Amino acid sequence: MSNGPPDPDVEQLQLAVSDSPRPSRPSAVSASLTFGWRALLKIKHVPEQLFDVTVFPIMFLLLFTYLFGGALAGSTDAYLQELLPGILAMTVVFITIYTGVTLNDDIDEGVFDRFRTIPVWQPSVIVGALLGDAVRYTIASTLVIVLGVALGFRPAGGIVGVLAAVALLLVFSFSLSWIWTALGFVMRTPESLMGVSMLILFPLTFVSNVFVDPRTMPGWLEAFVAINPVSHLVTAMRGLMHGTATAGEVGIVLLLSVALVVVFGPLTMYLFRAQQ
Amino acid sequence: MTDRQRGSEDYTNRARSGDAETHEPHVHARSATLDERRGGRGQTSEPTDDDPAPLAIEIAGLVKHFGETKAVDGIDLQVPAGGIYGLLGPNGAGKTTVIRMLATLLQPDAGTARVFGDDVATAGDAVRERVSLTGQFASVDEDLTGRENLVLLARLLGYSRAGARERATELLDAFGLTEAATRQVKTYSGGMRRRLDIAASIVVTPELLFLDEPTTGLDPRNRNQVWDIIRALVANGTTVLLTTQYLDEADQLADRIAVIDEGRIIAEGTPGELKASVGSGVLSVRLRDPARREAARDVLQPVLDAPVVRESDPAALSARVTDSGRVTRAFEALSHSSIEVSEFTLGQPSLDEFFLTVTDRSGRAEAAAADGSEGSGSAEGAGNAESAATTRTVATADRVENRSGNRPASDSKRRSQ
Repeated sequence: MSNGPPDPDVEQLQLAVSDSPRPSRPSAVSASLTFGWRALLKIKHVPEQLFDVTVFPIMFLLLFTYLFGGALAGSTDAYLQELLPGILAMTVVFITIYTGVTLNDDIDEGVFDRFRTIPVWQPSVIVGALLGDAVRYTIASTLVIVLGVALGFRPAGGIVGVLAAVALLLVFSFSLSWIWTALGFVMRTPESLMGVSMLILFPLTFVSNVFVDPRTMPGWLEAFVAINPVSHLVTAMRGLMHGTATAGEVGIVLLLSVALVVVFGPLTMYLFRAQQ
Repeated sequence: MTDRQRGSEDYTNRARSGDAETHEPHVHARSATLDERRGGRGQTSEPTDDDPAPLAIEIAGLVKHFGETKAVDGIDLQVPAGGIYGLLGPNGAGKTTVIRMLATLLQPDAGTARVFGDDVATAGDAVRERVSLTGQFASVDEDLTGRENLVLLARLLGYSRAGARERATELLDAFGLTEAATRQVKTYSGGMRRRLDIAASIVVTPELLFLDEPTTGLDPRNRNQVWDIIRALVANGTTVLLTTQYLDEADQLADRIAVIDEGRIIAEGTPGELKASVGSGVLSVRLRDPARREAARDVLQPVLDAPVVRESDPAALSARVTDSGRVTRAFEALSHSSIEVSEFTLGQPSLDEFFLTVTDRSGRAEAAAADGSEGSGSAEGAGNAESAATTRTVATADRVENRSGNRPASDSKRRSQ
């Protein structure tokens, strides 16, 4: 038994299993942060997963600015001022679906069973993953804003306004992600989850006020745009970035965010426990 | 106590009646050390001194169906605290489903399961404080390194940053994983992965550890290492519930074994009891002259007072014997008849024999023809065991026959090794 990798030493084994007192249970915040740390470690080990949060936003911003700018606002520069907050919202809302996909992948791994048998505040598994995603959203936001400024985006709200808009976006995305986490437990494969998510996200992002003024749309479409949460988010973010936001505009986004968590948070946790 | 009595009907009677008493003092002693370990945090559901001695696991009428599949079909089981309890059964027998319910990963459809007195369905959080699970497939994060996995779990279990790192180092050393500590788990060999998996399960030493087929797919050396780890844990006071489809593993490790097949327990007892129910051993006789086989059989049969089976080898006979004294007389009888013997061996019954006997019976009961391919030796041996079998095995056979009457097409699942 002396060649090959080292054997576990029986004495050391005894020592390792002879227990020290069980530490007290970590707080909900601490457990969530630890799961967030895990998400960051995964980014460190699998950096490819940042592809979507880097390439997607850059592509969207360049594409739509130069494709529609001249036609819709007379110049790309003028269009960019209106478009950038919208594109930022759209890209980040889009990449929230990877939360569900990652979770769906995770469930199939045995490690998820372990997380479910650890005595921690159970939602911290999901909350932590979402905190890790918030880092990804921040990277995407930074890229879009830096590129936007380079292209001529000049927010009247200044740095504070931009930061507030990004913060609002992170809150909304965190809340929206609970839809995907719930779906992540329901759908059998990441592929089917992607399909369903796209089906929801395409109308949600495109049938909004991101690209064009809703007043140019037919009445029924304008009605949908008016109730679309993404429209409210974009309106509030434009307002914050350009320094014209009202408390009502921001308030309704926060209200929507709370509503999303209240509905889909418990649903996710129910599915989490019922997971077989 | 009603649950306990209900759980011990028919085949477990003999083992049970002595069991509860003999384990009682042991259980008490253990529960004291556990209180210390929990550092006064276990106010919630700690049994008081007035309660009956806590069992590690107490299952009554447990049922779990997945659609049409009756994965667990009414199981009663009591596992005393301390030691290793084996759940033995072929693939698809329901072992994993039982473990998953006990680890709060699955909700039972019916019946109750208690872990140290806490109901898994209603007090999941309390159960999770005391158990740990090493699943059949590595329950570690493949993208992370071995060290990161352990630090992650230590943090989740409440260790400080420094404490978590220290504990991870300690475990990596103890499990021979120090060199691989900074490599991603996906690069690990099967044995390393399994060791890390077990290390992850004991970051905080659990009171009850579930090991779901811990050595499946491991080479003998890695298997021995895992066995060493399990023994060290048990020596330290952890109760281990182990599932395995390897009979020698159950034989080597387990203090008691429940044999499970098609979602039901078909036998329960110590390895010794289970073996004894097959008979005390198998006598194999090989003759120099195959032509004398019938003559030899006529000589042996009355002396052994057991059916003597013609093996497929034309010169060989075998019989299950309960009394070794008869074996000596059988040898003398053969010498007197001047039948020349080339081989005369009394083999200890193995758990394999027991297992084949029990599961083979169920096969014979529903489709004798289908099981015929298994080889005349064990198939006939199973039939012959009837005379030597204890009441328990007979009861088992009855259960199996009753059950299989309703289910004609499940033969393929049954293991015929």
